[in-house]
Amino acid sequence: MRYLPLTDSDRQAMLRTIGAASIDDLFVDVPEAARLAGPIAGLPDHASELAVERHMAKLAKRNLSAGEAPFFLGCGAYKHHVPATVDHLIQRGEFLTSYTPYQPEIAQGTLQALFEFQTQVARLLGCDVANASMYDGSTACWEAITMARRVTKRGKAILSAGLHPHYVSLARTMARFTGDQLDIAIPDLAPGAPGGDMARLLGAIDADTSCVVVQNPNILGHIADLSELAARCHEKGALMIAVVTEPVSLGAIRSPGEMGADIVVGEGQSIGVGLNFGGPYVGLFACAEKYVRQMPGRLCGVTSDADGQRGFVLTLSTREQHIRREKATSNICTNAGLCALAFSIHLTLLGETGLRNLAALNHAGAVSAAARLGGVPGVELVNGPFFNEFTLKLAKESRPIVRSLAGQGILAGVSLGRLYPDAPGLANGLVVAVTETSSAEDVESLAEALEAELAA
Amino acid sequence: MSMNSEGRVTRPENTASAAAPATFTGNRGLMLEEQLIFERDDYGRTGVDLPKAPLVANLLGGLERHRPIGLPGLPEPETVRHYTRLSRQNYAIDLGLFPLGSCTMKHNPRLNEKVARMPGFADLHPLAPVDTVQGALGVIHELGEWLKTLTGMSGVAMAPKAGAHGELCGLLAIRAAQEARGNAREVILVPESAHGTNPATAAFCNYRVENIPATADGRVDLAALEARLGPDVAGVMITNPNTCGLFERDMQRISDAVHAAGGLVYCDGANFNAIVGRVRPGDLGIDAMHINLHKTFSTPHGGGGPGSGPVVFSAALAPFAPLPFVDKQGDDYVLVEEETAGEHHGASFGRMAAFHGQMGMFTRALAYILSHGADGLRQVAEDAVLNANYVLRSLDDVLDAPFGASGPCMHEALFSDAGLAQGFTTLDIAKGLIDEGFHPMTMYFPLVVHGAMLVEPTETEGKATLDQFIGALRSVAERAKAGDAALKAAPALAPRRRLDETAAARKPVLVWKDADLPEAAE
Amino acid sequence: MTTYYTDEHEWISVEGGTATVGITDYAQAQLGDIVFVELPAPGSNVTKGGEAAVVESVKAASDVFAPISGTVSEVNGALEEDPALVNSAPETDGWFFKLSVADAAELEGLMNAAEYKTFCDGL
Repeated sequence: MRYLPLTDSDRQAMLRTIGAASIDDLFVDVPEAARLAGPIAGLPDHASELAVERHMAKLAKRNLSAGEAPFFLGCGAYKHHVPATVDHLIQRGEFLTSYTPYQPEIAQGTLQALFEFQTQVARLLGCDVANASMYDGSTACWEAITMARRVTKRGKAILSAGLHPHYVSLARTMARFTGDQLDIAIPDLAPGAPGGDMARLLGAIDADTSCVVVQNPNILGHIADLSELAARCHEKGALMIAVVTEPVSLGAIRSPGEMGADIVVGEGQSIGVGLNFGGPYVGLFACAEKYVRQMPGRLCGVTSDADGQRGFVLTLSTREQHIRREKATSNICTNAGLCALAFSIHLTLLGETGLRNLAALNHAGAVSAAARLGGVPGVELVNGPFFNEFTLKLAKESRPIVRSLAGQGILAGVSLGRLYPDAPGLANGLVVAVTETSSAEDVESLAEALEAELAA
Repeated sequence: MSMNSEGRVTRPENTASAAAPATFTGNRGLMLEEQLIFERDDYGRTGVDLPKAPLVANLLGGLERHRPIGLPGLPEPETVRHYTRLSRQNYAIDLGLFPLGSCTMKHNPRLNEKVARMPGFADLHPLAPVDTVQGALGVIHELGEWLKTLTGMSGVAMAPKAGAHGELCGLLAIRAAQEARGNAREVILVPESAHGTNPATAAFCNYRVENIPATADGRVDLAALEARLGPDVAGVMITNPNTCGLFERDMQRISDAVHAAGGLVYCDGANFNAIVGRVRPGDLGIDAMHINLHKTFSTPHGGGGPGSGPVVFSAALAPFAPLPFVDKQGDDYVLVEEETAGEHHGASFGRMAAFHGQMGMFTRALAYILSHGADGLRQVAEDAVLNANYVLRSLDDVLDAPFGASGPCMHEALFSDAGLAQGFTTLDIAKGLIDEGFHPMTMYFPLVVHGAMLVEPTETEGKATLDQFIGALRSVAERAKAGDAALKAAPALAPRRRLDETAAARKPVLVWKDADLPEAAE
Repeated sequence: MTTYYTDEHEWISVEGGTATVGITDYAQAQLGDIVFVELPAPGSNVTKGGEAAVVESVKAASDVFAPISGTVSEVNGALEEDPALVNSAPETDGWFFKLSVADAAELEGLMNAAEYKTFCDGL
């Protein structure tokens, strides 16, 4: 077995040192009934690298990858070009095969990268501080809701209708067990800005409200000014939590922090990480400095060593499970370190100039695509302002159309029927994301195919 | 005579040892100091070439971001250097033994990296139509079947994103199952020696945590556990093999007692590496167990993540497993989500993360499992246990092994700080090991042993490496017992000496603050 | 002014109807460098034996329990800027909070300085 260096003679010599007659002697504490006499029956034995690679390649071939087709899916995961440098650097063994930096003297590389990541995230989201990452956007969102509960000592969270339905679903799962109260609504396909939901949020905040959770751009691609909502939250002693699932948008639009959000969480996947069929991704978590001790997750801070040289360490650890146990701010331990590194490297390559240009490219492409697709007979553009994602209301149910177009080699977007199977009013909605990877030809293919489907 | 004929000194002239001189750059040979990206004057630059965005009437609704963000940009060569220099300040498995107990830092095969990057896996959108992702669903299903078979359990949840998230998954299933029986109950029992994530997770899903004491031989006190069981106890969380590196001999009796009292048994599978292929937890009455793919199944730790924590379930808990999950029907795979859950899976406790779990870890773990097969995985457990016992018995004359007398250990060897010279601690031994070129063992965990040192060599270390490590640890331990003052100053040879964690915590500086940010171009 | 001690290593000094509470020198030495103290809100009520404050070092966090019941009348704001006061002057400048005493009878059963010293020596 190529990964196991011990030879049989090593094993015999080591058993002699230990004073055991056989390997079985080392498993004496396992009750006899539970000991397996040999390899588990019915499973294959070890395989060569070539054989395994072939097996996996065969499975990979059964998928239609994003790069193979005109591609317009978004709704919480976006296809962007990731420079080759990013993947090269995160594959350096010193990053890839290191552990959580518990011994800071020999983990300064990881720690400095995390400190830079925290700073980039805080600046991008417009907050004072950010942590060293969460699992993903959806879990970060729930963590933010529990953090608001701790800060305000109130138990009612109001979720915007534009919050990603999977994020809502996760919050419902957790709230059922924790006793948090959730005020939930689903979006509608009324054209223009979702004014109805904003009015609902503004009206629902009361003295029991811990937080309002609002996504920007939202699940249908709408973007909105959150300043009034933030002000109303603060008036009532509640926190505003903003969710960003497409951080590239922050190269073009004002950050939630600038609009007054107290906590901003995000899905960092679209910068540096890639699609990966949903994971691993990287959760972004930032907040106002005054709440830092209620934050979940690891934090890296600056200090100096015995010689007075600057260095970095994990800090404020008493919030965490390994010290505080049942009183910890969260149970999170492993986070998304390597994905955070990928995010940070990509953002370092982009810089402010590149990010703004990338965002402008995305927006321009989406504006053109929305005009072209909105002009297809039987298609209506739902959005007023948007960034790189918009919703089309089709004359027919969108889900069968998405399936049919996939059969033709076009990945057309996300049907709202898939995301909201219980909401017939949304069944004709199709959410289309356009990034720098979508060409004008791709848009034309989609427009023509849509037209054919709707005419059929 | 050729032109290049000038005589040169070709051996060291001054062989007297001397402290390394201060350098102009602060660099020391190959060890290069590196500024923060924010300390460079690179705010207007970029390392990517993008076409200029075409001019269109913008539809941003007046939300344009005008103020500078403050993101420096580095050209590609400087980006590569920045991160390469940083990387060289890290210890890593690729460099040497990384014996962190409870973390299972084994070799990360590069085949796994190659497979995970196949575009058919890496470049797939989680909401792509199910017909276009049959191979990806196939990976999830095939890995799930392996995990069920290896653990002898009936159900599996692939969604959890790390070990602690798996614990959450298991406890939510326990809570849902208890609710279905009519009463969620209030208490989860956790041994004193448990990982901190156990009590934190129980609290995260609104359970009250009570500790169960350990016996003198480092295992769960069965009598104390039995005495505490009752109608308010929803379940127990047991780590097996436990955090002292020992197998819980009474596991079956613990499970029987908990079940008899109407409770359910969660097993923290962080230490599954010790028994994979030799013991199936399902044979010991476990109801739920998470498996850290980043431990037992070799997916890289990446400096703290990402992990992946699938959970296997007994028949009693399988119906409560989270959404979404993959089902096989003939040759096709179906994705069961909220919409279709009612037909097959109405008792599910719901969704616990946005998409399908850590796909990038599934491909790696499956490649690892297929590489080993049933025979290789059994050998993994045997070699991991053999290596740990070899370390234990090679050092128990110089370091106190608190449970050494109670028999063999599993995959990790536990020592304490008993017998060190006055004023010398586990921390000093750890820092001494750094100067010897090894990553230290886990320190001060488990909490039940004073000054604990938990050594987990894993099966991917050969005997020569272990012998060198044993020699180094012996040497450092002897210095700590002799009161060698120089050890207090260790590490002296690492990129940094001991860091002031007190100062970091008293005045936290968590982000870089520029004196003033340059104005960005609009 | 009389000072009493608890077996959880809090001290309480009573003068008239007001009591000052902190942690003992023994406790601060056990905890190591104190980096943060979380104090109760002025005006809040604490009950004897209940959690009233949290004291944190780099690697440990400990609850501080109220030695007796009462209403918090004042907290030591200096600890926010300088938590090291708990290390350097645990039983003077490093005090945590003041209470208006609800029931002086609750002081019965607490240790005096000599008894507390004997208690610590036995640990």
